[in-house]
Amino acid sequence: MNRTPDRSSKANAPSAPRSTPSRAAHFALRHLSLILLLAVFAFFGALAPHFFTWDNARNILVQSAPTGVVAIGMTFVLLTAGVDLSVGAIMFVAAAVAGKMAASGQPVALVLATILAVGTAFGALNGFLITRLKVAAFIVTLSLLFTGRGLALWITQTRAMNLPEAYLQIGTARIAGLPLPLLAFAAIIAIAHVVLAHTPFGRHLYALGNHGENARKAGLHSGRLLLAVYAISGVCAAIGAILLLGQLGAVSPRFGENYEFKAIAAAVLGGTSLFGGRGAVFPGTLLGVMLIQTLESGLVILNADPYLYPMVTAGVIFLAVLLDGIRTHVLASLSKRRIRSTC
Amino acid sequence: MSLPAAIEFAGIEKAFFGVPVLNNVSFSVSAGRTLALVGENGAGKSTLMNILGGNLMPDSGVMRIRGMPYTPAHPTDAAAAQVAFVHQELNLFSNLSIAENLYLKTLPRLGPSPFVDRSRLRRSTAALLAQVGLSVGPDTRIEELSAGERQLVEIARALALEPQLIIFDEPTTSLSARETDMLFALMRGLRARGVAMIYISHVLEHVLQQCDDIVVLRDGQVVAQGPVAEFTTSSLVTAMVGRSLERLYPERRGHSQTEAALVARQVSQPYVVRDISFTLHRGEVLGLSGLMGAGRSELARILFGLDPHAEGEITLGGATLASSGPRRRIERGLAFLTEDRRHEGLCLDASIADNTALVSLRQHARSPLRLLDRSSWRNAIDSVLKAVRLTAKGEATQPVKTLSGGNQQKVVLAKWLLSRPSVLILDEPTRGVDVGARFDLYQLILDLADQGTGILLISSDLEELVGLCDRILVLNQGEIRGEFGRDEFVRERLLEAALPQEGAA
Repeated sequence: MNRTPDRSSKANAPSAPRSTPSRAAHFALRHLSLILLLAVFAFFGALAPHFFTWDNARNILVQSAPTGVVAIGMTFVLLTAGVDLSVGAIMFVAAAVAGKMAASGQPVALVLATILAVGTAFGALNGFLITRLKVAAFIVTLSLLFTGRGLALWITQTRAMNLPEAYLQIGTARIAGLPLPLLAFAAIIAIAHVVLAHTPFGRHLYALGNHGENARKAGLHSGRLLLAVYAISGVCAAIGAILLLGQLGAVSPRFGENYEFKAIAAAVLGGTSLFGGRGAVFPGTLLGVMLIQTLESGLVILNADPYLYPMVTAGVIFLAVLLDGIRTHVLASLSKRRIRSTC
Repeated sequence: MSLPAAIEFAGIEKAFFGVPVLNNVSFSVSAGRTLALVGENGAGKSTLMNILGGNLMPDSGVMRIRGMPYTPAHPTDAAAAQVAFVHQELNLFSNLSIAENLYLKTLPRLGPSPFVDRSRLRRSTAALLAQVGLSVGPDTRIEELSAGERQLVEIARALALEPQLIIFDEPTTSLSARETDMLFALMRGLRARGVAMIYISHVLEHVLQQCDDIVVLRDGQVVAQGPVAEFTTSSLVTAMVGRSLERLYPERRGHSQTEAALVARQVSQPYVVRDISFTLHRGEVLGLSGLMGAGRSELARILFGLDPHAEGEITLGGATLASSGPRRRIERGLAFLTEDRRHEGLCLDASIADNTALVSLRQHARSPLRLLDRSSWRNAIDSVLKAVRLTAKGEATQPVKTLSGGNQQKVVLAKWLLSRPSVLILDEPTRGVDVGARFDLYQLILDLADQGTGILLISSDLEELVGLCDRILVLNQGEIRGEFGRDEFVRERLLEAALPQEGAA
């Protein structure tokens, strides 16, 4: 049984020099979300010059903080090839509990601690059902979406509740001249980035998302990792609820509605794959959130019909996912091996 | 033996659903020796290695490492006992760097902090990469590497465990000759350091050259064992198959017809192939030879419409094909058995019957509602599975992934037989298929040719091409560099045409 001697051609090596146009295409595809963000910014800036002011940029960042924090938790979940559809409902339950406690005169610190505890508990419940009872994440979190919203409606008796002045101060307070929500958002981005990129836990999440079976074979505790990931998503949803309460100062029956989709959209716009193992919080998810918020702010400044907002946002999300598909395709064909050094 | 063995198997038994897979398997490997484990697909090699690796528990029998009982319940137990595996299917994480793959479970940390110590990680990875002879940076992502390079990373990962026992499962299937030589040099170095190795391969030539001892498994039993000097290729084959294979290749009864089945005229695609022209006749077996990376698989993909071609034309049964995907070509009777049956040729979780029926389902849809006619469908599957001599119980429900490599390949072939192709392109059809099943596959290929199907056979195994083909084309850097008729089949000349010319780009 003789085999012909094989030889891998030099031209196949991954380090083979690429021509300049394909290099540029490579760069553009890799930084798609940043280019898209700059384009949207330039578009609205051309129509409304004060869009380019520092105040406006800061406003966009502050306003995107609640969605951003929820999207960071979602990025963790998506990296493991899971999904968490219950984040909006968790936000609502946490806010409803906060509203009840605030109305009965509980101290602010205790209320905030309770919100975080509620978020963690719901996240851990998701994780428990997914890892121990082996129910698909989609189904578990979808049922928690309905259960959670139902529970919160029952707690609030479907009435809107205004919170005391102290809670609005969370949204307006400044430390060293910077808005508190902005600082909180930045701190959470930094922590999440370091955890994902520079700790064994973070790297294990990428491995788990790439190939769950192989991760188990390599001795990773996939159950513990998943439990942690859904708990993180729950905590992030709770923090998002606190930041949103600081902006709105009230709990309405639609509190947190559609946040699961905004969070997923932001993560995907930022380059995180729905199939797991690919993506990052910084700059990925941050850019995705800013893109969505810039669009909404721009439409407000242009005085566009509010009913158009969801359609425009949906259009951009569709575009991003479409471009992501093209990107995957083009990157794959660019990295195809070459047999001949010339045409 | 004075020293306790690096691994000893004593009376290992294992049955699946009452069917015995391993029957009283006993042998041992001493430190510093390399033992070849050979046997046909389905002989029980994988089951035995899964037991050794902690993926399966034996029904009875014991394993001992250096005299101590060894009862792994999980792959991590094997790693803890310094038993490392180099798998045939790679278990690497394509989105992580080489360094992260090598030390995934034991990422070094910066002092007492929770952060990864990147510089230490890089240093230890670089040292291992130098050992396996892979000259890329430790931070390179796996997805940027070729199949051969990934195999070397898999080997480096095994070395990272500082193992006392390494199991190589078909390590050379995706390696070039140069890389294979380097692997063998590495194995000699490990042997000198006292590492015990179990080497599993279908390439008997390598087994006889590189190993100290041989154990032959057949139907779950050890049928022969001893030092390598006691074996020859033919005695090994006889032991594996249980009968002596007089001929490795079946006799060709039919011959090529004059009618053209598939014609390529000056087909070119920048950086891939140039000026490819040939005619494949009905009933002909046309071989496509060449080195790895010469463009054989790429040409097959172009012919089947999976990849575009910039110039030239391809005609099938007299009709010119536009470059528009494989669906029209399949309708016109073109079939393609891919190089990568696990990922491209099969739905591994689906049953044998469902896989077999995939391409020909439409033939069994009855008007007016186009519903499936179950009985005609079942009959067709039964007859074709009989034709490919697939021996499996419960083909309706048994998932394809439970079959051995040779039987999986038979399912792929059966799938295409049902669509009655006029041209069949076979890309490495016997890779990872044992000697006994190979003969069956060869017979099927020749039977198809006798029925008038034109066969384009791509293979890295020159003997196989010489044994089966009517004519052989040699591809070299994307161009046809030689055409040889049956009377011109000389190994040296075929090889010469495949090797790169001096001074060529």
